[in-house]
Amino acid sequence: MPSSGLELLWQVAPQLGRGAIQTLAIALAAILCSTLGGLLYGVLGSLGRRALDALLRFYLELFRAIPLLVWLYLFFFGLPLLTGVSLSSFACAVLVLSLWGASEVGEVVRGGLQSLPRAQREAGLALGLSTWQLYRLVLIPQALKRMTPPTINVYTRLIKGSSLAVLIGVIEVIKVGQQIIERTHEHVLIYGTLFVFFFLICYPLSLASRALERRWSYA
Amino acid sequence: MSALIELSGFSKRFGDTQVLREIDLRVERGEVVVIIGPSGCGKSTLLRCLNGLEIGEGGLQFAGEALDAGSDWSRVRQRIGMVFQSYQLFPHMTVLENILLGPLQVQKRARAEVQAQAEALLTRVGLGERAGAYPRELSGGQQQRIAIVRALCMNPEVMLFDEVTAALDPEMVKEVLDVILDLADGGMTLLIVTHEMAFARAVADRILFMDEGRIAEEGEPQAFFSAPRTARAQQFLERFSYLQNVPRRK
Ligand SMILES: Nc1ncnc2c1ncn2[C@@H]1O[C@H](COP(=O)(O)OP(=O)(O)OP(=O)(O)O)[C@@H](O)[C@H]1O
Ligand SMILES: [Mg+2]
Repeated sequence: MPSSGLELLWQVAPQLGRGAIQTLAIALAAILCSTLGGLLYGVLGSLGRRALDALLRFYLELFRAIPLLVWLYLFFFGLPLLTGVSLSSFACAVLVLSLWGASEVGEVVRGGLQSLPRAQREAGLALGLSTWQLYRLVLIPQALKRMTPPTINVYTRLIKGSSLAVLIGVIEVIKVGQQIIERTHEHVLIYGTLFVFFFLICYPLSLASRALERRWSYA
Repeated sequence: MSALIELSGFSKRFGDTQVLREIDLRVERGEVVVIIGPSGCGKSTLLRCLNGLEIGEGGLQFAGEALDAGSDWSRVRQRIGMVFQSYQLFPHMTVLENILLGPLQVQKRARAEVQAQAEALLTRVGLGERAGAYPRELSGGQQQRIAIVRALCMNPEVMLFDEVTAALDPEMVKEVLDVILDLADGGMTLLIVTHEMAFARAVADRILFMDEGRIAEEGEPQAFFSAPRTARAQQFLERFSYLQNVPRRK
């Protein structure tokens, strides 16, 4: 038996590290997909097509109304039953978090785009820009300031949400911690370490979000 | 040769509101047409239909080509410059970037050539030194002159001006109107919506008076301003002459 907490931490560090990498891999993949999906959602939502808006609204409400946990079970256990396709628990976690994150980032993007004066769009069109050029060169760069802080908040929620993956069997950092606790009964030490781990990742993000918000508040 | 712009029986409605009613209009190359009329009569809508920002019904031709909802508007818009009342420069770009955007991204022209043209145009409107500035650092009159340069740098065949001095402080109106007069002198085709009657009279080859979505009267500026034929135009002009000579209080 290890004699001190530090010694124990030193021993389990590689194991916790592997768990942490799983957690970060899920979070990073979900952040990337949410950003791309959210941009698409936001642009589609800003076009002002009624049928499209209704569809996006339905998608958003679906992910707001039903807990992520239920979505995870649905995709992990339900999908193979319904379609015969089964996803790894890792892929399933990334997929569900991304679908949720895309709708949340998407609402931020849509709001940012809609806050721009309508005439900016027309000024761009009058120059002959295509819709794609209009968004890429004129609208999205302008909305970026307004969009960035709330998007970072979604990112921190994705990082925390990645721990749900444990429920469909991903051995991420919290699961690893629980396994160690089962062996050693060092609740405080291990949960304390997990606390520090999540804090060290999320706190700088939320600091950055607040700093950007202050810096860009004139816009 | 066909007219540069030709409307025949052209109408536009928003839901139940009929905004343009059966407009017939020919604008020849090099002509300066000034559109006046009471607020809400459809002046802006008419300009916006010409470059496809709104799609109406009826005949619309640009340089002999019939246009409708299915047309390649990006291509047409490169030939039609438009300037808005509220300038609408892109705030995240410098003056030069604003001006180069269309020529580089839409027309795919060579940067060196466009930049030389942009600098020449900026000098022509008296803003040769401000290429690196951001719009928020400029006065309204300066921003509006930049917006005109941005449209001109696409080498359009016609320029549409929609009340481009209406948002400006009086002391900045002249610097913008001077640029438009200069364009008219250079033989550019212009369609100008304005509430500056003295300017309309000075610059126009032809005045269109619009009322309730129709062209209620049109004619040479001298004839129109000294002896309008329709009652509506008379009323409209009386209000303006009143404003220019408000009687002294007793
Ligand atoms: N997008 C729109 N949807 C609904 N109605 C509109 C829209 N745009 C304009 N209108 C209506 O069409 C009519 C004509 O508007 P327009 O802007 O063309 O008038 P205008 O002659 O330019 O007036 P002003 O001198 O005030 O600029 C107005 O009654 C206006 O309310
Ligand atoms: Mg108007």
